[in-house]
Order: sequence, then structure tokens, then C-alpha cells
Amino acid sequence: MSSVAVLIDHDRGVPPGGALEALTAARRLAAELDVPVNAVILGDSELFATHGAELFAACASYGAAGVHCGRHSLLADYGPDAWGAALAAFVEAAQPAAVIAAGTDRGAEAMAQLAARTDLPLVANCVSVSSASDPWQITRIQWGGSLLEDVTLSSSLPLLTIAPHSVEAEPVPDGAADIETVDFAPDLGPEAERTLVRNRVTLTEGITLSTSPVVVSGGRGVGSAEGFAALEDLAELLGGRVGCSRAVTNNGWRSHADQVGQTGTRIAPEIYIACGISGAIQHWVGAMGSKNILAINIDPEANMVTKAGYAVIADLHAVVPAISDEIRRRRDRPLD
Amino acid sequence: MRILVCVKRVPAVGSRINVTADGQQVDTAHLGFTTSPHEECAVEEAVQITERLGGGDHTVAVLTLGPEESAEQLRYAASVGGSELALVAAPGGLDWDPQRTAAAITAAVAELEASGGEFDLILFGNESADGGNFQVGIRVAYALGRPIVNGIKGIDVNGSGIVARRETDAGYEVYELETPCALGVKEGINLPRYPTMKGRLSSRKAQVAELDCAEDAAEGGQARRRLHRPPERASTTVMLGDSAAAAPAVVDLLDELGVL
Ligand SMILES: Cc1cc2nc3c(=O)[nH]c(=O)nc-3n(C[C@H](O)[C@H](O)[C@H](O)COP(=O)(O)OP(=O)(O)OC[C@H]3O[C@@H](n4cnc5c(N)ncnc54)[C@H](O)[C@@H]3O)c2cc1C
Ligand SMILES: Nc1ncnc2c1ncn2[C@@H]1O[C@H](COP(=O)(O)O)[C@@H](O)[C@H]1O
Repeated sequence: MSSVAVLIDHDRGVPPGGALEALTAARRLAAELDVPVNAVILGDSELFATHGAELFAACASYGAAGVHCGRHSLLADYGPDAWGAALAAFVEAAQPAAVIAAGTDRGAEAMAQLAARTDLPLVANCVSVSSASDPWQITRIQWGGSLLEDVTLSSSLPLLTIAPHSVEAEPVPDGAADIETVDFAPDLGPEAERTLVRNRVTLTEGITLSTSPVVVSGGRGVGSAEGFAALEDLAELLGGRVGCSRAVTNNGWRSHADQVGQTGTRIAPEIYIACGISGAIQHWVGAMGSKNILAINIDPEANMVTKAGYAVIADLHAVVPAISDEIRRRRDRPLD
Repeated sequence: MRILVCVKRVPAVGSRINVTADGQQVDTAHLGFTTSPHEECAVEEAVQITERLGGGDHTVAVLTLGPEESAEQLRYAASVGGSELALVAAPGGLDWDPQRTAAAITAAVAELEASGGEFDLILFGNESADGGNFQVGIRVAYALGRPIVNGIKGIDVNGSGIVARRETDAGYEVYELETPCALGVKEGINLPRYPTMKGRLSSRKAQVAELDCAEDAAEGGQARRRLHRPPERASTTVMLGDSAAAAPAVVDLLDELGVL
């Protein structure tokens, strides 16, 4: 039977949250189409032996009725050509009603590889999909989320990626049902070997900018690389990380790894402290997932100030050290 | 080494994006235009690669598909080191669907290669700043029979081999490709240089080749109905002060949020 197929963009057996969001989105579409949801997992025999059970259980909890396991020695690790070719083989054999993946680096890339191979349209970063009419009506994000685009999709096989965090991953309410697994063995040619991951290097462990509960960010208003010392100090006191705007990375004051925004990192801290940042839309889309925002700016009209929940209208060079001093004072002499 | 970079002209939007009344385009009445940061870095990377190889025979061509005015983005690329400039004419074409865009660029690459020789490396941005389709480069590379990896933040060239590093949450993955190949580049791979006065002057005189191969590119299956802004979070800003004396109020807030 036909199904809505969901590519699980795992990393050597570890499913990212995005795949669970994609399964959740797929459930709604599958209900509309009155077909089941099937997951597609690519790997080699060892991967299925060590991580299969865990992956299948996760898929079942998020509503998959079945799993198509694409097995091949070239699928031991990720590779865009290998994944694209394996997906094309799956589509050819299983004739799904639609194929969905999370709009993550891997999900987006593998789906584009599939789209190129099948010459089908691919709608990237969808936030809502309706199959009720022909052509399908879809809303997707543009400009990293600053703008929405309603599109229609005419295709014999809709290919979609789901914008990260646009759907909250929800397990099926009445518990996971038994899941059926079916193997397929894609015939992968030499082209699949052109782009395999050859090596991995780990640089950071622990909290990253995207997972930090506190982010203290600086913009052009900080004025220099040295000016960030006061922000580093405050971030350290709060167990957080330092972020920055593109004006800062462009000036070479900080590494791009610290940049928040459309072409930087999306953050979602408990509080974002934005110092000397005007709040251009491309910066804002990276920061808008923050639960609370405190803007420190000399300009009360700055976009960051008008959009923030809290603001201090003053020179950051005076305010930031004063906040650190106040924290130290309270820690040294706790009130009783 | 012969390198091609594909760049797209996009409006330079500020604090909010306005849409035209018919919902078909970003209202650019009061806006300048720019190149996506990813693509700006791709141009810089291409120039740095040729510089590392010793300049000379190593060249950087730059291609854009769009309206006449896109020549502005090509000239900017020329001012920082691009040499061969190609404008694929697409009337009103900033908003073509990704399949059609890819078909037109594929045809243009074939035309440029027929006259000037094969590109050893084609660089794209990871995604376009406006459309964000995450696919044009991949479609073009596939149609040309070349491998491509997206999300690249480091490139080393040794002989006909290319080592490319792709950023992950924890560090990076390493890919090894043989030329000819393509890569999708992310901002942060380098710090783009600013054009020098000399670069700016000579780019004004640079030749822009106009290609009309986009005419045959068929529309894809994705069609725009309407652009609109997402609902804005209603916000009232609580003012905590207008001097360093606001510090205690800020620390009270941090305490309340449980992050102290
Ligand atoms: C396609 C595209 C993608 C982009 N992606 C990103 C991205 O990922 N991230 C990003 O950040 N930008 C991005 N940008 C750039 C963005 O448009 C802005 O140019 C940038 O965010 C501005 O940085 P800024 O706020 O630090 O600088 P400015 O806009 O110059 O603002 C500086 C602010 O500091 C305040 N200030 C000055 N002095 C002080 C002081 N002493 N104390 C307190 N306040 C002070 C000023 O009032 C002002 O509000 C992108 C642009 C494009 C076109
Ligand atoms: N109109 C265009 N002209 C030149 N290059 C483009 C165009 N559209 C997209 N590209 C290239 O393809 C990449 C991916 O675009 P997209 O699939 O729209 O996200 C961009 O970063 C550019 O390098």
C-alpha cells in the first residue's frame, strides 16, 4: 500500500529531533491522504544490528506503521550521493504517496539529491501542507523565516522538507503499535562513493551556542574585539555563551561560530541579552526562538529594543559591567 | 584551476520585509540589493584558492541568473577578484522556481564550458538568502554529472583532489572529492575582503557576457501564490532603566528567570 515516507536523517544511528518533527508532520498529511506513515532508514548491516531496535522504537512512538530499511555497505556512514541514490531506488520500488524529511543539513541535502535524480519539484522548509485540493497548497518559509510563501505544488510525487521547529514533535497518544520492517537493497554504483564522509573531527563538547540557556550577544555597538571581555565575563557568571551579530564577524572581532542569525546559528535560550545590536531581520530570525530578550541599546527606537520583552536604554559599556558587579555583590553577600 | 561561482542578487532588507500589494514580491522601492553572505564567501574562497595556487592561469568566473540589474552583483564580485562575468538573462527572474533556475544555470554552464573550457570547481551558496530552497546547486551539479557536498566551511585543493570540511554541531565532517566537482559554501569559511579602489574602478569596465540560454528552461512544479509576513509577536517592552543604575533590576529579572 502507498504511504507517506519519512526519511530519518540519523547520524550513525542517532536520530535527531528533526526526524521526529517530520514524522509528526507526516502523520497529519497521512491522515488526510488516508495512508500510513512509513519511515525510511539507510545504513549498513552493522548499523541496523547496533541501532536498529532503538531507531524502530522511536519511529513507532512517533507514528510510523512500518520501516523501509535500505541496506548497503556504502551506507555505513552519511554521503549525499549514496543517500540520494538509495532514496531514488526506494521511491522507484515502493511508490510512496509523498516523501518528507526534516529541513536539517542532511535532510535538505538528501532530498535535493533525490529531487535532482527524479527531476521532481522539492518544496523546502514547509510550515504547513494541505493535500485537500489539487494542486497541493503549501506554506513555506523564505528569508530564514522572516517571510512566508504560499505555493502550489503540482507533482506526481510530492517531495517536502519540514522547517525545523515549525512542528512540535509529539509521540502518538495511545502508545506505539507494532512496527513492520521491510528491507530493500539499493543498487549503488560508483557515483555513490564520490561523496562519503571520510573523517570526523570533534571540536566542542557540552553546551553550544544553540543549546546554551543564556546567550550574551554583542553587535557593532561593542566597538572592538577587546570590548567583548565584559560580555565574556557576564556570560561566564551566568554559565552562558557569547554570541554576536554579523557586523561583528565582518569586522573580524569574533569568529563566525558565534554569529546569531539567518546565516549563523539559531538560538533558543531562556534569556538572550543583546548588547549594541540593532535587530536587523536577519539577526532577529536567529534570536526569535529565545524565551526572553533583554536589549541593551542607546537607541530606544532600535528594532531589537521595540521587539524585546525588556530593555535598558544606555551605553552597554557602562551597563554590562554593572550587571556583572551586581551579580558578584549578591553572590558575595547573599540577602537573607 | 578554473573556478565558477554562482551568485544571486537579493534585496538588502533591513528591520522588516515589506511585500508588494499583489503579494508577488518583496517591495524593493526603498531598498538596495546585495549578494547572499554565503555566496559572497564563495567568491572570496574561489579567489583565495586561485591566489594560493599562484594566480596566473587560475581564474574565477562568476555567473548570475536574473534581471539586467544583476550585473551590479557580478561587478562587485569582479571588484574583489572575479574575472569572467556571465549574466544569464531572466526577465523578472529573481523569483524563478528552483527547478527552472537550475535548468537555466545548467545550460549556461554548458555554454561557458564550450567556449572557455571545463570548470574544475563550481561553488554555490549553501542556500539562497531569499528563496532558501537548498537545492539549485545540487540540481545543477547532478545534471552536469558532478559530485557536490553542501554546507562547506573549509576547502583545501591538492592536485585534482579537494578536501572539504562540513560543519556539524560538534565539529566537522571531512569529504574528499575529485575534480571536476561542486561545493555549496557557508558563511564563515572566510572573511570576505572589501574591494579596493583599484578593484572597484576596473570592475566598472569589466565585460559582462549576456547569455540567453534561460529561454528554454521550463517552469517547475512549485508556483508562488502569495508572499506574506508571519504574524508578529505582540510585544510591550518593559523598560528596566536608562543608565548603569538599571543593574539591580536586570539581576532581579535574571533571578526570576532562574538563570542566576
Ligand atoms: C542575506 C543576509 C543574511 C544576514 N545574516 C545575518 C546573520 O546571520 N546575523 C546577523 O547578525 N546579521 C546578518 N545579516 C546582516 C544584518 O542585515 C545586519 O547588517 C547586522 O545584523 C547588523 O549588525 P549590528 O546590529 O551589530 O549593527 P548595527 O545595525 O550597526 O547596529 C548597532 C547597534 O548598536 C547600538 N549602539 C551603538 N553604540 C552603542 C553603545 N555604546 N551602547 C549600546 N548600544 C549601542 C546602535 O544604537 C545600534 O542599534 C545578514 C544580511 C543579509 C543581507
Ligand atoms: N538566480 C540565481 N543565479 C545564480 N545562482 C543562483 C541563483 N539562484 C540560486 N543560485 C545558487 O544556488 C544556491 C542555492 O540556491 P537555493 O536552492 O535557491 O537555496 C545559491 O546559494 C546560489 O549559489
